[in-house]
Amino acid sequence: MSTPSLRTENLTIRFGGHAAVNGVTCAFVPGELTVIVGPNGAGKTTWFNLVSGQLRPTEGRIFKADRDITGLAPSARAKAGIGRAFQLTNLFPKLSVRENVRLAVQARRGVGPRILRAAASFGDIAEEAQAYLERARLDTVAELPASALPHGDQRKLEVALLMAMQPDIYMFDEPTAGMSVDEAPVILDLIATIKEDRSKTILLVEHKMDVVRALADRIVVLHNGELIADGGPSAVMAMPLVREIYLGVGAEDVA
Amino acid sequence: MTAATLETAAATPARRIPMGRAIVYGVVLAIGLVLATAPFLFPDVRSQEVAARICIFIVLVASYDLLIGYTGIVSFAHTMFFGLGAYATAIALKTMGPGFDAILLGGALGVLAALVLAILIGLLSLRVKAIFFAMVTLAAASVMLVLASQLSDFTGGEDGITYDIPRFFAPANKLFEDADGKVVRLFGVALNGRLALYYFVFVTALVLFVLMLRIVRSPLGTVLEAIRENEMRAEAIGYRVVAYRTAIFCIAAVIAAIAGILRAVWLKYTGPEVALSFAIMIDILLMVVIGGMGTIVGAVIGVVIMTLAQFYLKDLMEVAAHATADVPLLPDLLNPERWLLWLGVLFILLVYFFPAGIAGTLIGKGGHK
Ligand SMILES: Nc1ncnc2c1ncn2[C@@H]1O[C@H](COP(=O)(O)OP(=O)(O)OP(=O)(O)O)[C@@H](O)[C@H]1O
Ligand SMILES: [Mg+2]
Repeated sequence: MSTPSLRTENLTIRFGGHAAVNGVTCAFVPGELTVIVGPNGAGKTTWFNLVSGQLRPTEGRIFKADRDITGLAPSARAKAGIGRAFQLTNLFPKLSVRENVRLAVQARRGVGPRILRAAASFGDIAEEAQAYLERARLDTVAELPASALPHGDQRKLEVALLMAMQPDIYMFDEPTAGMSVDEAPVILDLIATIKEDRSKTILLVEHKMDVVRALADRIVVLHNGELIADGGPSAVMAMPLVREIYLGVGAEDVA
Repeated sequence: MTAATLETAAATPARRIPMGRAIVYGVVLAIGLVLATAPFLFPDVRSQEVAARICIFIVLVASYDLLIGYTGIVSFAHTMFFGLGAYATAIALKTMGPGFDAILLGGALGVLAALVLAILIGLLSLRVKAIFFAMVTLAAASVMLVLASQLSDFTGGEDGITYDIPRFFAPANKLFEDADGKVVRLFGVALNGRLALYYFVFVTALVLFVLMLRIVRSPLGTVLEAIRENEMRAEAIGYRVVAYRTAIFCIAAVIAAIAGILRAVWLKYTGPEVALSFAIMIDILLMVVIGGMGTIVGAVIGVVIMTLAQFYLKDLMEVAAHATADVPLLPDLLNPERWLLWLGVLFILLVYFFPAGIAGTLIGKGGHK
């Protein structure tokens, strides 16, 4: 097995007395898609927040490859190749869909601080943004403000921002939540495309069992903030404890 | 949502925006042309004063718009930076005598002081909550106001300082002489130092204004808007929000300080009333709101409306009160003493009809549908 691209060591965060994430130690390698499951409130989003830097752990460390990134700001983690899409849509509402994507492209390329050249004159950035808009099927609504998009398109834009960051580590937090059956495949196809490039590490929080079966190389189960199972999809889904706590919450489609 | 509703959603702003945009840019261009030719259009002293004040305030208000409109930073320290530029120039002119070296040195020191202070305030407090930051700027501005009145040996205290400016800018300086040694006139306007001073103010203001237009159209401009819209996501896609905030706070502070230099040189007087007071801060706020936050060009419209109202509303009411002298009640209402009331009414009407400011509403920014 190749060296881990991402590793958390005894990662813990307590809110007051409540440990939302409790001693999670695990490692992920490039080319692998790991689905993270667990009932509502299990700590999946909180664990994501710790890895991408929105929250600081009470205990434990986070490594990107060999580098300890525990103390880095979210922007520095983004620069280090950790990309994140959010469970609750988290966009720039008044900016156009195109500007949303362009911001992510230009953040990666580091032209943010160029202050005297018109943004429109950065042709390569515009082209790249256009490419992501097309891939996410958003090119026809590109000039609308993000807030004017219907929910499904906002979810696509959420994912397009992550794609435009071109991270090494992709973190999707229920990317298809609330999307209609005919819209969800656009996002699942995008994730599948990233997976084909065997160099990326993909973490996916997902409740829908058909999605899990189709995409997962590995499943990690969180419960009450603790990692209680980790392994191949069939093995994990067969574990009695997992069947009980996970399938117990509402079976196939919890979302 | 169906394709049809999406289409109308897409079509409506597309049809509305260019028209509003054309009006705004047309008006701004017209104002620019008037300001460029103001000494020839309105040669009287009071109009000159109004025109120069408009030029200086456009810079001041536009630079404030970089903060409040583009980045969502609420600061009450903008007049403090303005005052630093003005006072440093004033003190240099007073102590060194009326030379360009004094303007250059004093101005440079004022700008430097503004920059250092902006970096300090920015790094210390731009990472905290917006409300706390606003309080810090308020405190800093108050301290500066107290300092200016306490250190009266340097600042002249409440009375301020009067001083001379380079002779080149004096009305007696003939820029061009004819054969008889008289000043050359163009369209009846003497080409003298006073005219040179106006164009010194106008050109500097124009350069700064264009600079700000370029800044907001650059990639930085979009990043600032992104920070205003969703600071957390901006950070998450890789922008160091604190660094960007501090940077724009510094840029705005420097520009405000340069506007202060212009103010000091133009007025030949610097005091709390004209360069440092919170009344100016309130003017700036009103102007940016009337013009439209997050537009830069809105500054031009907001400043012109407010300044014209401040200078001419009284006159207008005087005339109106006389004209309605026979009607009951009206002359009393139109008494020039009540001009602030009418300014308030004007402000409320403007905000009611242009919720995102005049330029903001016409261009279609501000999210009011
Ligand atoms: N900032 C916070 N302050 C206090 N408690 C928090 C905070 N963030 C999360 N929690 C708590 O931590 C626990 C884990 O929440 P989290 O959002 O990570 O769950 P999740 O697994 O993502 O659930 P879901 O499937 O509903 O998205 C919950 O009990 C939640 O209330
Ligand atoms: Mg969650």
